[in-house]
Formats: sequence, structure tokens, C-alpha cells
Amino acid sequence: MLADVAPDPTSSAAAGHPLAPLPYRVRAVATETADTTTLTIEPRSTRSVPAPAPGQFVMLYAFGVGESPIGVSAHRADGTLVHTVRNVGKVTSALARLTPGDTVGVRGPYGRGWPLQEARGQDLVIVAGGLGLPPLRPVLYEVFENRDRYGRVEVIYGARTPKDLIYYEELQSWRRRSDLRIQVTVDAAGRDWYGDVGVVTTRLPDVRFDGSRTSAFICGPEIMMRLTAQAVVARGVRPEATWVSMERNMKCAVALCGHCQFGPTFVCRDGPVLSYRALEPFLAVKEV
Amino acid sequence: MPLATATPQAGFGGQVVEEVRVGERRTLDRQRFSRLFEALAGAGYSIVGPTVRDGAIVYDQIRSVEDLPIGWTDRQSGGSYRLERRGDAALFGYTVGPSSWKKYLFPARERLWTATRIGDSFTVRPEPVEPTRLAFFGMRACELSALAVTDRVFAGGPVTDPGYRTRRSSILRIAVQCGQAGGTCFCVSMGTGPGVRDGADLVLTEILDAGPHRFLLEPRTEEGAAVLSRIASELVPAAAGEARIAEAIVARTAASMGRTMEATGLRELLRENLEHPRWQLVAARCLSCTNCTMVCPTCFCSAQEEVPDLDVTKVERWRRWDSCFNLAFTELHGASVRKTGLSRYRQWLTHKLGTWHDQFGTSGCVGCGRCITWCPVGIDLTEEIGAIRAGPGPAAAPGGKP
Repeated sequence: MLADVAPDPTSSAAAGHPLAPLPYRVRAVATETADTTTLTIEPRSTRSVPAPAPGQFVMLYAFGVGESPIGVSAHRADGTLVHTVRNVGKVTSALARLTPGDTVGVRGPYGRGWPLQEARGQDLVIVAGGLGLPPLRPVLYEVFENRDRYGRVEVIYGARTPKDLIYYEELQSWRRRSDLRIQVTVDAAGRDWYGDVGVVTTRLPDVRFDGSRTSAFICGPEIMMRLTAQAVVARGVRPEATWVSMERNMKCAVALCGHCQFGPTFVCRDGPVLSYRALEPFLAVKEV
Repeated sequence: MPLATATPQAGFGGQVVEEVRVGERRTLDRQRFSRLFEALAGAGYSIVGPTVRDGAIVYDQIRSVEDLPIGWTDRQSGGSYRLERRGDAALFGYTVGPSSWKKYLFPARERLWTATRIGDSFTVRPEPVEPTRLAFFGMRACELSALAVTDRVFAGGPVTDPGYRTRRSSILRIAVQCGQAGGTCFCVSMGTGPGVRDGADLVLTEILDAGPHRFLLEPRTEEGAAVLSRIASELVPAAAGEARIAEAIVARTAASMGRTMEATGLRELLRENLEHPRWQLVAARCLSCTNCTMVCPTCFCSAQEEVPDLDVTKVERWRRWDSCFNLAFTELHGASVRKTGLSRYRQWLTHKLGTWHDQFGTSGCVGCGRCITWCPVGIDLTEEIGAIRAGPGPAAAPGGKP
């Protein structure tokens, strides 16, 4: 049994509450697609959240509406955060309506991100589906900044249609680079699309890596992550070096509210990035 | 009655001044039991404890012995709870009711913070939580174990709950060893009772036979001893035989458990049987009413509500109890992950008995039986586990048990 529980030193009103957001100013709003918006935000006061690691998320708060867990797609040393939000619910539609100068609340960052330390010296296979790209973008920035830390870097990015591609300009610049390869594919396209058509796994046979010394980072819809993980493991990547970023309903983001459980894990605290080794038995069962 | 064997020191004005030390057992007569309430009030505690309300024994604020369920007992079985008269005037002659102590530490509804719009920004004021000296009067062994479980949930992780910690830091735990087992009790199987092991400040055993109606008191902490010291003159050092009587009471209770459940290997059993056909049978009965999660002393899930005023200048953030049986609990992008009742019951049971071990290093079940009693259709987790153990499960080893 535990020893007696001491009062929380932060419980006084002045000291803050772990679930209280900090105010941030919306600096820029960019429309990515019909339902997707990228917000650039900065602290309104001297107080800001700690710098997020690639793959971590924050709780974004729309005043008077509520909070939603949102991945971090970029951050700067001055405290600036970049988030790409798809308008799918009450909170995210309120976030999508924000304009420059508005205030948004932030708390976090939360969870465990991509295991970049473990991936050093290895080939990287990065597979993003749809809104799975934003939480992976900081991994690419890390690769660009410290290119000599990694071996081959292969990126596959898939969207439903060409109109659903986000970060379009940046994609073009990544495609011009010679220190990594990025393949872009869509599920369906008209005659004006000259790129690949097909789900992300159709691009995998084309990807070159040394399976025994490769880390795979996968983010996207759950079905896409499961099939991609299976495919890269079949290509020789170890299940414990195959990582997916899970998504679940979250209220607290600090493993107190119970909502995000997936088998034994609290996705908010133990994830969102989890190894396929740990997830496989649960991904195979419906409605875990 | 045994006679006093200690020699009290004569104090000023002829008053008896005596200190009760941790571990020293004392006997208190039923006639003088009200003095314990006075001692608690004198030590600055508000008392919450069992009392009869709306046809059940619930925990609420109590002020005197008369508020206790004197002469009442409860008869419990799957989906059924009835109060009945006992043939005696026992104070603690019942088991556990629908309420649990968690409501005092993790309130069913709680304001977490208030945000105020100021210009084009906002400020957040966390809700202040004042420690209240609450005496939890009449905690059962299983409930002390439940408290240890919620301590791990709310105060054992990297981020702790400020409200829980603050309220928890100032409670006094007065335990009562169970003199009888309820129809849905299985604390023996879960290793949590009926005898009180750890976690109490003061342990009471009610003795109804072998002499006058009396209580054996054992202070386990300085706080518990300090309360008894306030009424030392009313107490009699316990005779050697009293402890044996208390042990016999606990042993008798242990031998009459209403339910049993094999608790070893539950984590593995459930992990390997996520697709067991039994889930379909239990899902056909389960109403997803959330009763089991509301009465459970360890269920901790919560939702948050944003409550703005009319012109959205002031917003309150409230937390309220939630349940994994609610459809909206797993809502993601407009659809629920656990759409079926099957998946929601499976989540509850596999979490409570299985993955809780992974998360908190302990079972989430303490064997109190509340979820069985208060299930409107009488679903019994001990029965469900028995059925899953019996096989056939998809992961049943071929060539294993017949």
C-alpha cells in the first residue's frame, strides 16, 4: 500500500492547475484544404508550454467551447507552435474559425513522441496518411537538421484525392531534395493528376531500406497504420522498431480521465506513439 | 468484562490523564460509544459514515451514534438489495451499500477552474481546494484497499490530481472489521478482507456476544491514537482474550463469503480471451446503464464539461463522473470506437481485472460485490470469469484441460 498522500503543492489557486490552459495568440491561419486549417500560435504572456518533442501533442482550447488533442506539426524556440486541424467536431470547428489576433488556449505537451534517439544510425521509413502528416513533419525537420544521424530516409505520403494534400508547397520542396525520397500518392484522382494512385502500402515495394536496421514511423487512420505496419514488418522491419501514433478520445491528456485507454495503454501518456509489438494483439481485435 | 490492568496516572484535579499509544488495544462499551463521536468532533473532524436513507445504508454526514444504522442489516444478491431488521442492536451489522468513500475525494461533480475573458485574452483561476478534516467512520477492509487503489490512480502517477491529493491528505480512516459477509462479497478471493490489514488510522471490531455489547479499538497511527487519547478514561485496556474474539469474528466472516473468484492469472486470462464467446452472452444481458461503474469504489473515469455564461465572458470547467459504458465515451471524429455493448462490457471487465495490473500494479477490483448487487439484471463478474476460465476460448491451449 501507498504511504499517506500529501497535499498537492500546486493546488493553490495561484500555482495553477495541471488541466488549466495558457492563452496563446493566433498569429497566422492558413487554409490547407476544404476542411483543414493550419494555425500558427504564440504565447500571449511570458508563460509558455515547454518545447514539444516530435510526435507529442497538446490540448488546444477554444474558449467557451472545449478542448481537443492536436498534434504539433512545428515549433520554434520563441515558443511558436504550429498545428494543423481538421474540422470534424464542435471544438475543431471552433478552432477552424479562429482568425489572426484571436486567443486559443494551450496545455501540454503530452505523451511520448517518435523514438528518434533509438532510430539514430538507422534507415527511416516514414509513412503518413491524410492528417497523419502533421505529427510526422517535426521528424523530417529533425532529419534535415541532423541529416548525418540517419541512414536512408524514405517517406510515403498518401491522401484521398489531390485536393486533400496538405503542406503542398513544402511537399514540392521536399521532393526536390536529394537527401531523402518522398513519394506522394492519392487514393483516387482525375485525369489531371500525374502522380501515383493507390493506398500508401502500394508504394512500399518500391522503398529501399535495410529491414534489420530500420525504424518505421507510421501515422494516419488506424486501418492504414495496421496494414502499413504489417507490410513493413513483412519487409523485415522489427515489430519493436515499427511505431504508430494512436488516436483516441481524450479529456485530460494526463492519464486521469480514462477515456483514451487502448488495451493496457493510456494513449495520452504511454503513447500516442507506440510500438507495433505492443499494439499488435489489440489492433487485431474489433472495438478494443 | 475484563478488568483494567493498566495503572492510569492521577492528573490535576483527580482527572485521569492517559495516553493511548499506537498498537495498544482498548475496549469501549456500547453505552460509551458516543464518546468516540465527541472525541472526533473535539479533534476537529467532521464525520461521514453509514446511515439509513432511501431504503439503503449510505455514507453521509453523521453526528451521533443514533445516525448509524442501529439494528439494520442488508440482504444482497445479484440485482437485489434489501434492508432488514436484525434481532439485535448492532451498529455495524451490515456490509456495504451503494455509496463509496470515493465521492468525498473524487466528487461526482467538481469545478476545476474558471476562465474569464479579458480583452482579447483570458485568465484561468483554478478552483481552490481546502483540506477538510473528514473522519471516514466505518470503512471496511475492502474499502481501505479501494482507497489504496485510487491513491495510485490519482496520486501515484507523473501527473496527480490536486483536488484528490488535497482532500485525501486530511482524512482520518476509521475502519470496522466485518462481522458478517454480504451475499455478493468476495474480498477473501481478492485478498482484501474481511480483516483490516493496512491503511487504517483506527480499527474497530464490534463484539456482540461473549459479554456485553462492546468494541475493540486498535489505533494504527498517531492520528488514531490521538483521538483515543482524548477519551482514554472511557477506555479499558483490552484483555488478552479480546483479540482472539475479534480474530474469530473475522474468521467467521471470511468463511461465509457470498461469492468466490479465482483471482490468479486474471490479467493473462482476459488478455488471451478478448474474443471469447461468453462476451456475447453477457452483452445480451447488459443494459449499459453504468450502475456498476457508479457504485464501484475504484472506477475513476471522468468527463469534462465547458459551462459558459450567456455572453461567453466567463467559463467554468466542470469534471463529472463518466463511464466506459456510455457510447460517447470513445467518440472519435463523430463515431464511437466501442459501438457495441459487448465491447463496452469487455472494456470494463478487462480493465478492472486485467489491464489495471499493467497500469497501476494492482487489480482494480477489491471484491466488495457492489457491481453485482446494483446491476439491474444481476450480471455477476465472478460468474463471467468462471465461464471464461471454463473455456472454450480462442486461446485455449490445445491438449490442455479437458
